Amino acid sequence: MKRLLSGNQALARGAWQAGVRVAAGYPGTPSTEILETFAPMPDVYAEWCPNEKVALDVAVGASYAGARALVVMKHVGLNVAADALFYVAITGVEAGLLIVVADDPGMHSSQGEQDTRRYGKFARVPVLEPSDSQECLDMVAAGLELSERYDLPVILRTTTRIAHSYGLVQVGAERPTMPQGVKPAYRLDPTKYVMLPGNARHRQPIMEENIRRVAEAANSLPQNRIEPGDRALGIVTSGISYQYAREVFPQASYCRLGLSYPAPSRLLKDFAATVDRVIVIEEGDPVLEEECRLQGIACEGKSIFPLSGELSTKVVRDCAERAGLLPIALGDAALPLTPPPLPARPPVLCPGCPHRGVFTTLRKLKLVVNGDIGCYTLGALPPLGALSSCGCMGASIGVAHGVTLAGVAQRNIAVIGDSTFYHSGIPALLNVAYNHSRTLTVILDNGTTAMTGHQHHPGTGRTLQMRPTPAADLEAVVRALGIGQVRVVDPYDLSALESALQEYLALDEPSVVIARRECALLPSARERHRPLRVQLDKCIACGACRRVGCPAIVKSEQVYAKTGKPKSEIDPLLCTGCEICAQVCPVNAILFRNQLDATEGGANR
Amino acid sequence: MSTPEKREPVNLLLCGVGGQGILLAADVVALVGVELGYDVKKSEIHGMAQRGGSVTSHVRWAQRVYSPLSPPGEVDYVIAFERLEALRHAALLRPGGTLLVNDYRITPGSVTLGQDDYPSAQQEAEIYGERVHVLYLPAMTLAQQLGQVRVNNIVMLGALSAHLATPEETWRRVIANRVPARFVELNERAFAVGRAHALDQLGQGR
Repeated sequence: MKRLLSGNQALARGAWQAGVRVAAGYPGTPSTEILETFAPMPDVYAEWCPNEKVALDVAVGASYAGARALVVMKHVGLNVAADALFYVAITGVEAGLLIVVADDPGMHSSQGEQDTRRYGKFARVPVLEPSDSQECLDMVAAGLELSERYDLPVILRTTTRIAHSYGLVQVGAERPTMPQGVKPAYRLDPTKYVMLPGNARHRQPIMEENIRRVAEAANSLPQNRIEPGDRALGIVTSGISYQYAREVFPQASYCRLGLSYPAPSRLLKDFAATVDRVIVIEEGDPVLEEECRLQGIACEGKSIFPLSGELSTKVVRDCAERAGLLPIALGDAALPLTPPPLPARPPVLCPGCPHRGVFTTLRKLKLVVNGDIGCYTLGALPPLGALSSCGCMGASIGVAHGVTLAGVAQRNIAVIGDSTFYHSGIPALLNVAYNHSRTLTVILDNGTTAMTGHQHHPGTGRTLQMRPTPAADLEAVVRALGIGQVRVVDPYDLSALESALQEYLALDEPSVVIARRECALLPSARERHRPLRVQLDKCIACGACRRVGCPAIVKSEQVYAKTGKPKSEIDPLLCTGCEICAQVCPVNAILFRNQLDATEGGANR
Repeated sequence: MSTPEKREPVNLLLCGVGGQGILLAADVVALVGVELGYDVKKSEIHGMAQRGGSVTSHVRWAQRVYSPLSPPGEVDYVIAFERLEALRHAALLRPGGTLLVNDYRITPGSVTLGQDDYPSAQQEAEIYGERVHVLYLPAMTLAQQLGQVRVNNIVMLGALSAHLATPEETWRRVIANRVPARFVELNERAFAVGRAHALDQLGQGR
């Protein structure tokens, strides 16, 4: 029986079937579900690491010691892990090492597009690219075998539409049983694994020879295939782009590359010789196009199809029509209707989000706020509009220190989440302490990795496989770095938060405010949800509550007679009772929990 | 009753606001397609958009599906869990396609702040005109009557099942397998009221 699996689920199943014993990673959309699916499977070990660099080192160690290993991250995570990627390409592996990297064309949930296939060429690491869920499953074993045969790590690159699309998958045999009780010895081989310059000089040409052998094998690998069709048009493609191309050009000839680096030179040249015209359809960089050109194949690619953004059947068709590859269809005129501009619905901080208290206060204090990666990046959006910069994981603290050094007039701070702080904030805060910067850092400690769906991290007291573990003591970590001024406040308490910030902003030394309140979506927080209520007779329709940007606060049908403006109401299905709106109301029209208890009785809640 | 499943592929789009149960509903639609013997693909976006933003899931049924996304102008059914999202995605329908709308409004932030207006029922009617087949369903109200608004997604699927002329039993089986055991009965009732409501509409409307 076939199963309907996402690309991520299929990768997890493929890893299990292929006997992967150790898996590591850091959560990142669109890759997160791979380890979440893999971790509960029988006879496997899987862990979240503080960051992708650590995760890759862990997988490298497992591979050196003879266990098939998997490491999972999103595209920008490979930037963090790049140092490890380059050394393991030179040392090679013992057991297979598969590095799954999920790209995000169109930037659904990322700070930029980045084509991971470039890393393959840069680091001399083969890159597999599945086109659907079935191939996700099959390519895990294929990748591990390539890794072992050619003594190189292998990257498996997905994209959002592969990772989060579901398709029917024929699952394979059960996992091979592991020998019990016998501990294989670690095979010592310092000339291969100790990269002193002398050893590295020895290994570098071996690595170049290994990747050359993969390039030769690529001509006959089953992952690279010719699908003959009409000779007039030959399409070179890979990944999800293959699916779009198939819909737009059902008759064409195809060279579908499942191994997009290193390119199979003979296969490409032979294919080009059988067709009148070659076009390359690929999302992201012109990687295959450049390889074709290097082989002397006359082709077109990015002169027809866009360099950035996602492809789709429509994008491929529209571009093909413009380039004269297809007759012009009716196009958008065939659409039944064209709605006028509609109110947008961007993502927002959830009702009850503790970050709202922080950003409401930061906006009030008119600070320059250097942000970081997480749900709290949404604090940049109206009406909070509280961020002035946000680049990558862990950037906030270093950037804030740099702004301080530039000597600008405004006071500036860093804002970083707990999971992000453990990921890459610690060295930056150590730098702030070491160089005695005035920088104030606010750590938003909501007790989880919220944006990617509530993964555990070193501060939560649980591992990926739900084993209890000592939770890192955040205040102690901060103090140990050399920060003398540390205070924990509840971000639901706006006045306490404001006075703590004011006090620390006046200091001439490094300081940290930990805004601690669990994510409102966690089950433990949900138990305490209690919707608040606006007393409409008291509301003066000033709109202060609406400017905290909570989805639970909406305009009422009732208007305030003096101004004719709409009063506010609270949607009881959405409100959690965080009381941030109640604290900003100038006339106390929104009842606090204890006032509700007094008027309605609280025992039944 | 129309028999759109004879057309191929059958392209369905579920849309609404993050947190409305769209991804679970799309799972059910996809699994029903599998039970009916189709090749099936489904595509959705996780992550940041789920935080109260506009959310969509594409489902396609056919003998062989390539792209997981339906091209604009080729969607047979848009199943909208919210009225503004219905308006936003109706343009993806093919001419003569059907729009099933949960009669429910979730106010976007820009409307709360007074920068935008939520389209009125009259504006909606003008935009839709005669060009698409619009059916409103009080799924929230029907779900509330069952004592749990969260099953409004399954109410919507009950209605969809009536339009797709697919075996009721297939839907019931898939839903029973997909939802937690203690909620099976509630979801079965939600499915039944949605289906009955749509069958009524179809009987009166044609």
